[in-house]
Amino acid sequence: MKITLHVWRQKDRNAQGKLVRYECPNVSEHMSFLEMLDVLNEDLTTKGEDPVAFEHDCREGICGSCGIVINGVAHGPMPGTTVCQLHMRHFKDGDELYLEPWRAKAFPVMKDLIVDRGAFDRIIAAGGYISVPAGSAPDGNAIPVPKEDSDRAMDAAQCIGCGACVAACPNASASLFTSAKISHLGLLPQGQPERYERALNMVQQMTIEEFGACGNIGECEAVCPKRISIENIARMHRDYMNGAFSARPNAEAGSAG
Amino acid sequence: MSVGSAAQPAAGAKAAGDGSRLFLFYNSPVGKKAVMAVTGLVGFGFVIGHMLGNLQIFLGPEVMNAYGMKLHETPPLLYGARTVLLGAVALHIIAALQLIKMNSDARPTKYAKVSPVTSSYASRTMWWSGPILGFFIVYHLLHFTSGAAHPNFTYQDAARHIPAPYENVVAGFSNPLVSLFYIIAMILLMLHINHGAWSLFQSLGLNHPRYTPLIRTVARTASYALLIGNCAIPLAVLAGVVK
Repeated sequence: MKITLHVWRQKDRNAQGKLVRYECPNVSEHMSFLEMLDVLNEDLTTKGEDPVAFEHDCREGICGSCGIVINGVAHGPMPGTTVCQLHMRHFKDGDELYLEPWRAKAFPVMKDLIVDRGAFDRIIAAGGYISVPAGSAPDGNAIPVPKEDSDRAMDAAQCIGCGACVAACPNASASLFTSAKISHLGLLPQGQPERYERALNMVQQMTIEEFGACGNIGECEAVCPKRISIENIARMHRDYMNGAFSARPNAEAGSAG
Repeated sequence: MSVGSAAQPAAGAKAAGDGSRLFLFYNSPVGKKAVMAVTGLVGFGFVIGHMLGNLQIFLGPEVMNAYGMKLHETPPLLYGARTVLLGAVALHIIAALQLIKMNSDARPTKYAKVSPVTSSYASRTMWWSGPILGFFIVYHLLHFTSGAAHPNFTYQDAARHIPAPYENVVAGFSNPLVSLFYIIAMILLMLHINHGAWSLFQSLGLNHPRYTPLIRTVARTASYALLIGNCAIPLAVLAGVVK
């Protein structure tokens, strides 16, 4: 099959980018989307041109590296699927596709389709941890966790941090990502000690990184390759408000230990 | 990632513990959305009550004008409600303007192609259905409350400055252009409530598989009821049913 691509090409962070048209005349329907780009890049390299830069690693939908906006939809037309798991059989012969990087102030384009998602790392660093005793390994079932709670925590923990939620949100909000990380720890007993401080600090970092606000429109959960629910965003708002108004200031002396 | 990154969360954590909680709360998008939600709920409650009160116009001039008289003869109710509403609308507008700025700054480079997957038209257009409704409210107040934008505003008690709502509504809506503008504004109100009346619960952190589908149904139903109930008045005047 024949596919026409309009790919965002941008030399580096500071360069002005533009959409460039490429013809892919011999695309097999069995190829993954990234394999199609591999073939395009081989052609470009043979011709002595700069290959299209795109991020990828596991190519099995679990690492969160890849991500392209295809015709205005983050990760392309298949729900619950990363770009690497998207196959060309879902497209038609003669299709014209626009490939753009995630667009957000917090995600500056580094080159072509690759963005810097360091903002996500800093949100995680702000509160994505729990306190555990350092020493011998704790007993496996020392802390009972209700099945339902662990299921919901694991649903949130499925987030691979790909950034599609930010890309799909008209406000470039990172609420789905941040709330998934907050829920993943906040739903478990091990996450309780830092629960409200975590919500405060991670939302605070999300604000500092200049992501937009959540408008509850639901585009994020629709494109999320792991189908994270916006119910998590409500939980984040709950924990944040609780933290903002009821949590006591940290005792300077730390006597509460 | 970068060298400076480690310092940022620590600074945030310290500030959160040091007080000035209200500032930090409002500074975040979550805080601004909470303000939008609470003030929006006030507005939602008002538009429902306002419609139910105004539908008394179908019971005739005596009932309608007596309703207006009763409101004016209960100043704590009238001015209490006006104060709360004015405060809510002011906060709603301030937070909305700040959110619109925050959101447009968050995406400086737009996409060449945008194809919404699941979001409703109403949810994507809150940022302009709201401002148009804001201008409509100003006109509406000048039209039926103060009378400044009404060509023949009449009073049922001129000495005490108490307007005659029945006569004013009939005279006002007899102009098809005025009625058309009201109907357009009510379509925008329907869209704004359609998303806003459920979204406010989500913003306040209330989302539960047992209640959220019900909340969404109630919000949608209320938005349609507002459209039908409010548009019935200008349409009835134009059709000569209310005269």
